[in-house]
Amino acid sequence: MVQTSADQDRINLRARKFLMWLFIISSFMLFAGLTSGFIVYTAGSVERGLKILLPQAFMYSTAVIIISSVTMHLAYLSGKRLQFNKQKLYLTLTILLGILFFIIQLSTWRWFIAHGVYFVNYNASQSFLYIFTGAHLLHVFAGLIMLIYALLGLRKNIPQVRNLFRLEVTSIFWHFIDILWIYLYVFLLLNQ
Amino acid sequence: MASIALHDTAVLHDQDHGHHKETFITKYIFSQDHKMIAKQFLITGIIMAVIAMFLSVLFRLQLAWPDKSFPILETFLGKWAEGGRIRPEFYLALVTIHGTMMVFFVLTAGLSGTFSNLLIPLQIGARDMASPFINMLSYWFFFTACMIMMGSFFTQTGPASAGWTVYPPLSALPKAIPGSGIGMTLWLISMILFVASSLMGALNYISTVLNMRTKGMDMWKMPLTIWAFFLTAILGVLSFPVLVAGVVLLIFDRSFGTSFYLSDIVIAGQVLPNQGGSPILWQHLFWFLGHPEVYIVIMPALGITSEVIATNSRKPIFGYHAMVYSLIGITVLSFIVWGHHMFITGMNPFLGGVFMITTLIIAVPSAVKTFNYLATLWRGNLRFTPAMLFAIGLVSFFISGGLTGIFLGNAALDINLHDTYFVVAHFHLVMGSAAIFGMLCGVYHWFPKMFGRMMDEKLGYLHFWLTFIGAYLVFFPMHFMGLDGVPRRYYAFTEFEFMKEWLTVNVFITWAAIIAALAQVAFLWNFFYSIFYGKKATQNPWHSNTLEWTTAVKHIHGNWPGDIPTVYRWPYDYSKPGHAEDFIPQTTPFSETMSSNLPHDFEGNPEAEYIQEEWIKSHASELQTEEKV
Repeated sequence: MVQTSADQDRINLRARKFLMWLFIISSFMLFAGLTSGFIVYTAGSVERGLKILLPQAFMYSTAVIIISSVTMHLAYLSGKRLQFNKQKLYLTLTILLGILFFIIQLSTWRWFIAHGVYFVNYNASQSFLYIFTGAHLLHVFAGLIMLIYALLGLRKNIPQVRNLFRLEVTSIFWHFIDILWIYLYVFLLLNQ
Repeated sequence: MASIALHDTAVLHDQDHGHHKETFITKYIFSQDHKMIAKQFLITGIIMAVIAMFLSVLFRLQLAWPDKSFPILETFLGKWAEGGRIRPEFYLALVTIHGTMMVFFVLTAGLSGTFSNLLIPLQIGARDMASPFINMLSYWFFFTACMIMMGSFFTQTGPASAGWTVYPPLSALPKAIPGSGIGMTLWLISMILFVASSLMGALNYISTVLNMRTKGMDMWKMPLTIWAFFLTAILGVLSFPVLVAGVVLLIFDRSFGTSFYLSDIVIAGQVLPNQGGSPILWQHLFWFLGHPEVYIVIMPALGITSEVIATNSRKPIFGYHAMVYSLIGITVLSFIVWGHHMFITGMNPFLGGVFMITTLIIAVPSAVKTFNYLATLWRGNLRFTPAMLFAIGLVSFFISGGLTGIFLGNAALDINLHDTYFVVAHFHLVMGSAAIFGMLCGVYHWFPKMFGRMMDEKLGYLHFWLTFIGAYLVFFPMHFMGLDGVPRRYYAFTEFEFMKEWLTVNVFITWAAIIAALAQVAFLWNFFYSIFYGKKATQNPWHSNTLEWTTAVKHIHGNWPGDIPTVYRWPYDYSKPGHAEDFIPQTTPFSETMSSNLPHDFEGNPEAEYIQEEWIKSHASELQTEEKV
């Protein structure tokens, strides 16, 4: 059965791309659960709540991830137009921006600690900051692996159908990560 | 589009069938074929069910004879049954793991995993799932989850003991009770793997149903089984991630010292540092999954029952559209009722009222389904196969257990009945027994499709009657215990004056449980014996309309040797007036059934209607003579 998977892939690409959309829905539910948990928890008492202003660094990381979404889209367009060198360039750029985002997010944790906002905290609203950013970073990590996978496919010169499939799935996921971060950021801004 | 693509593969497929080489490992172990994965889920589910049932017999022994010693228990359980009596800590572990295994491993993975995998591709006309690889992963995650859960029995402090709902602080403080230690950690790991498994399964089911239906199979021609599996998968995708969110926070509370759920706790005179958390938060996150979960358990069973009752009544299912809409209604409503598990948490009475109303509204689609089952049976040409008996058994449990749901859904009543045996009786009937009967019904009905052989009918009847009567004898008396205020999960009732009178009832229930458990031997023997030595099955043993019976008895990868058949009609054309046989498979075009076509069969296609009218005119004389005869 493993042997036919290559053939099956070809027909199932549409159904498999749909799997990514469904995964995004389930992933969104995870964050919906976490943010609702935050609301329920914070509403429980006046002593709870973020009680800090969010660091500047979040502005930078937001800008970085939005730009990376643009480069992702450019990579997709170049892949579609068979401009593989451009595709390679934009994919690499996206990966670099993704890594930069990762680093900025981690630096905000240091900022939090410096400002006395610890993970182990009697005010769990502040612990939630780490949960939100951490869970999002896990998604970014998965997205980076997908980007690298798409780049490797280009190296190995896989058929254009497969290349485009990888690109599409990766870009769907990457844009989702972008939107997800904006959602989390706005959510936190409204609650600070 | 989809159908064109699918036909292309048929060609591709035939070409490379010649150099297929299946080893034992790719065929039976790391198989990517949906039919084999279905069997793997089923057999794992059955093994888990037997273990979970055995656990229940153990704690029933304790409840019936709390002061009696059973030396044999010590032989097998060692320190957990010192002196032949089950220890309180182990009793809690038994009820916890019994619940977890039954709800998640048997009735979620065992039921959805088996029948969604088997029937979705076969009944919609697809060669396999959207991603066979993820499908395979789904099984192996499930298998690992089972092994880890079983592994917790072999730890020093024993398995998780905080109840299947694992409320903090019992679950969040490793030192709270013995079961809160490593056992609880293993429980959480096992559940995360399990959630991953069911998500992978559910994503595949949804994508396959939406994208890979064969030509002619529009959504309104799908059998009700597929509708049920499809909506169940949607429920899973939307609710399981929220449990993950809750579990992540719980893990941080347990192992990293955060205080999401913990506050003001003193253990053995020592004040814990955790402050400011809210244990109610867990209940919200848990029951946001937990309530849809009970519909994840029952809806596939309802779908299977719809199919089996229609086939064996030789009648179209009554109210096909109503059946689908009621499933959709249950799906939507199940997300806004979780608060009825939390009436006694100090919830705002207004909010309680809202949850009460949404909960009671669920009775409407449930009643629609029940009445439609009864109307399908009404004046049907009933064939009492074992599968049919189990389907009728499900309807019976669904009614008797559903009625008590109306009591429990009322906040005012629930405050009294909460955590009593009334609740135990309610959910064991409406969810436990009903879903198990749906699952057994499916096993008896699709056994010939899975293994190419028939199960023995006489053993099936024996199994049905003993289980059916046994289940009622076990759970019915519990209602009265609950009304009297007897709480669930208590180790022994000897300490309380008012509960002592229920001891004799407990003895009765335990004997009924033992007999019902022994009755399962009839099933197990029948199941495993028939796999190898059962009577050989014909291609369509139940004279059923759905697509899975158009495949050959012997399984091949890709399901159909040539093109995938095209579908022309809905799956419930049983006993259609004017047709010679009492069933018309979905693959029979209307041009072959001119004598039985009805105007609405053509969905407003004027050309087809015209042809039909012409045919009736030209055959008018024949039809009249037939009527005279």
